[in-house]
Amino acid sequence: MADEVILLNFWPSVFGMRIRIALAEKGIEYEYREEDLWNKSPLLLKMNPVHKKIPVLIHNGKPICESLIAVQYIDEVWKDKSPFFPSDPYERAQARFWADYVDKKMYSIGRTVWTTKGEEQEAAKKELIEMLKVLEGELGDKAYFGGENFGYIDIALIPFYSRFYTLETFGNFSIEAECPKLMGWAKRCHKRESVSNSLPDFHEVYDFVVQLNKRLGIS
Amino acid sequence: MSTSDVKLLGGWPSPFVMRARIALNIKSVDYEFLQEKVGEKSELLLKSNPVYKKIPVLIHADKPICESLIIVQYIDEVWTSGPSILPSDPYDRAIARFWAAYIDDKWFPSVRGIALIAEGDEEKKEAVQEVATGLELLEDAFPKCNKGGNFFGGERIGYLDIALGCFLAWLRVTEKLNNVKLLDEAKTPNLCKWAESFCSDAAVKDVMPETDKLLGFAKVLMARFKAPPAN
Repeated sequence: MADEVILLNFWPSVFGMRIRIALAEKGIEYEYREEDLWNKSPLLLKMNPVHKKIPVLIHNGKPICESLIAVQYIDEVWKDKSPFFPSDPYERAQARFWADYVDKKMYSIGRTVWTTKGEEQEAAKKELIEMLKVLEGELGDKAYFGGENFGYIDIALIPFYSRFYTLETFGNFSIEAECPKLMGWAKRCHKRESVSNSLPDFHEVYDFVVQLNKRLGIS
Repeated sequence: MSTSDVKLLGGWPSPFVMRARIALNIKSVDYEFLQEKVGEKSELLLKSNPVYKKIPVLIHADKPICESLIIVQYIDEVWTSGPSILPSDPYDRAIARFWAAYIDDKWFPSVRGIALIAEGDEEKKEAVQEVATGLELLEDAFPKCNKGGNFFGGERIGYLDIALGCFLAWLRVTEKLNNVKLLDEAKTPNLCKWAESFCSDAAVKDVMPETDKLLGFAKVLMARFKAPPAN
């Protein structure tokens, strides 16, 4: 029986990228639909009535919302290929913990860096660098957060690599200088087809953020 | 497995800690409950949860697991001989996780918002409405999840029951302190019936604090919160 898989997304969304990477890692064919967030489709509003947000994964007509929940769903349904989680329960808990850590603050701190100036921006920058250093510590000398295998934490975090250029330009700092090992990891991940096909061009993302700021009246 | 193999760092008033306790009870796991003193953080807590320094922390064979919902999933995956906590079907799991995330990210913060909003009936009304809207969403979700049983998890309490039910005592305390009705039989009859079933469940009843005891604790906490800073 053929599976019908649809992804409702918005191309700059780091959350949508997670699902794209997950689907690609499993070799799942799907229909990609670009949403206009200023004119949301009836399908989006019907599939995510609670939050009305992208990304939404639709599998055989049933919606799965929230990117990390969708990534776990993909792993559990298409379980015979490329598992995202180790089998040991403690390692699995650690994977969930670090993905949740990324989810809690990375986006909002990043957003503060590209939408504010002065003291507020400096504080956000500092917090962001601290977060990246904590993550770098967790990575250690491993190839991926999952060890030898690209996995859940890698999927949760790597989309933010598409925002690094934006953050560095707005914040006037170098993530490579602050976290060289993390940059090494990011570049290693980006060599994977699933990642390079799912992440947009970094300059296009920067241009998008500049345009968005203008639209929202943020100078 | 000896009791000392499983430790839980926490406190009786915390709904997040309660989640872990309920999960351990479902699996009939003996554990040592190490209660933190209010306002102080033990060395063990700081060492076990350096990132957030918060309770609950489950320590199993000296390895710490943090974040209440992650702890619940861990308990479910380790003690497989007990009843399952998460649903077995991947889609049902995704739905349970979705609502649990909603509760943590949106709903419970709006409950807390009622207590923290000191001024104005208008603001309080808005906060109450937010909480009520959330409960209505969960009321609608209930018949889609329960498969005819008394719980979101079906015949037995499961992940979403634990995620939501842990807040029932604080919900009642918030109602009393602010003279509002949040869980209303007229608006959310399914949830009211579910709440009764949840609180009387064997895995829950010994770890759900009595409303009056929690009310007393809340008053002390609020007094401390509002007290002028010591010089």
